[in-house]
Amino acid sequence: MAKVLMKGNEAIAEAAIRSGCRHYFGYPITPQTEIAEYMAKRMPKIGGVCLQAESEIAAINMVLGASSAGVRVMTSSSSPGISLKSEGISYMVGSDLPALILNVQRGGPGLGGIQPAQSDYYQATKANGHGDLHLIVLAPNSIQEAADYTSLAFELGDKYRVPVMMLADGALGQMMEPVEFKEVAETALPEKPWATTGTECKRKKNIINSLFIKPDELEVSVNERFDRYAEIEKNETRAEEYMTEDADIVIVSYGITSRICKTAITLARKEGLKVGMVRPITLWPYPSNTLAKVAKTAKEFLVVELNKGQMVDDVKISIECSRPVSFYGRTGGMMPTPEEILEELRKIGGRIE
Amino acid sequence: MWLPEKKITIVCGHYGSGKTNLAVNLALSLSKAGKKTVLVDLDIVNPYFRAADNRRELEENGVRCVLPQFANTNVDVPSLPPQIHSVFVGDEKVIFDVGGDKDGAMALGVYRNAIAKCGYDMIGVCNMYRPLTPTPEETIENLAEIEAQCHLAFTALVNNSNLGEETTPRDIEASFGYADALAEKTNLPLLFTAVSDKVKLSTDRPIFPIRDVTKKIY
Repeated sequence: MAKVLMKGNEAIAEAAIRSGCRHYFGYPITPQTEIAEYMAKRMPKIGGVCLQAESEIAAINMVLGASSAGVRVMTSSSSPGISLKSEGISYMVGSDLPALILNVQRGGPGLGGIQPAQSDYYQATKANGHGDLHLIVLAPNSIQEAADYTSLAFELGDKYRVPVMMLADGALGQMMEPVEFKEVAETALPEKPWATTGTECKRKKNIINSLFIKPDELEVSVNERFDRYAEIEKNETRAEEYMTEDADIVIVSYGITSRICKTAITLARKEGLKVGMVRPITLWPYPSNTLAKVAKTAKEFLVVELNKGQMVDDVKISIECSRPVSFYGRTGGMMPTPEEILEELRKIGGRIE
Repeated sequence: MWLPEKKITIVCGHYGSGKTNLAVNLALSLSKAGKKTVLVDLDIVNPYFRAADNRRELEENGVRCVLPQFANTNVDVPSLPPQIHSVFVGDEKVIFDVGGDKDGAMALGVYRNAIAKCGYDMIGVCNMYRPLTPTPEETIENLAEIEAQCHLAFTALVNNSNLGEETTPRDIEASFGYADALAEKTNLPLLFTAVSDKVKLSTDRPIFPIRDVTKKIY
């Protein structure tokens, strides 16, 4: 298919449709409302459902219901709305239900603001709901990746029976870039023998549930899920390495911020500073091995995010504190310029010489 | 190069078709041609990437800006400033940058009587590389929804078909047939094809060299 020019939000919606998603449940919130608008325009034309629920809580429970019935389904929101969805997300994990949950992050805490942020990193990677749980968390840094990882999210969700979160931000949602879509044939969708599609009196009934009457049975269920998490960590960890081979300073950054960092790296290299970047693409599972490998040759790490340093500990743990890790970030909806990051790199460069 | 002649030029069309970029370019061209110019940002739909991002350059070049009161802030309050009424009196040329689709056109409809009284051109900005307007028919459907919402009729079309920074001369040439068919089916004049100043295209067609003024993040 030829390229088209799209906003990130629209590209995610279109990619979801092309991945066989025919069910969208959401509630409007800036800066992701284009997704609901796009779905509202497209879904009726292709026999799908786009429903504006009465709240985020209702929407995520509709997603739970649709996923129980075995269809590909998604919801999207922005930071405060994701907090509201957290309970439902935990219930979906407990029920082993796949779905795409998209967070187009905005500034927080509280109502915060409508400008871009990455301040839901902890929420997405550590505690998106109660209980022993993980979500696969994908962090695209371009409109093309946003489209590609939408398809990937549905594939991984179905493969491992887990909800998948895509962690974007307002800038990615709103900016426009050319994008090309993979065609995914509807017939390629995987069988879901566990789904509640009606027994027709031909099989034992399927039950979708996150309640276990007996504690020992709940423990077995959680342990079984953690075996799957171990498989995910082994098979699905993704990261991009950029100019790390000879790098003294390694930036660790994801999403839109990694694009700003790439410009900063170009500027720094012109000044003779050997800077590279590790860009986690999966924020869970975290690419610890990539960072540990890079730490063997790098002298210092700089984490750059649109928050107050939420990823710093993950980097320190990954490299077992073998190198200094510093942080630069903006928050509240502000974006750093490449020059601001360059200034940080100069400071580190002065230290390590 | 085309320059607005009427008192009011309304830049209108599908969401993401390139209206703000064209409106800012038109306002700067008018001002550079010595016309007193005012740019009115009527976009109450789009949260980011708006004419307010270009306020400094516009004002340094003598363009007065009338912007929504909460543009580029942290709140979604679609309130328009009372200064809008000032553009209908006096001798300034006015560029209206309207929000996308029929939703954006709602704000325009509020001012339809004053606009009609002053005399206006309403330009439909069209980009065949936008996924919901790839054909003349789908573009016309979108333009008709806008007209029905704002109670003003398009008077001209602009072909702004582009793929952002990846646009090649071939991409623009490939849109000529689309643009001609649009003009024919709507019976509206095609004013020009907007061509990024970074794209080297040789053609006999009227073109408008356009600079990408969208805020760069990285």
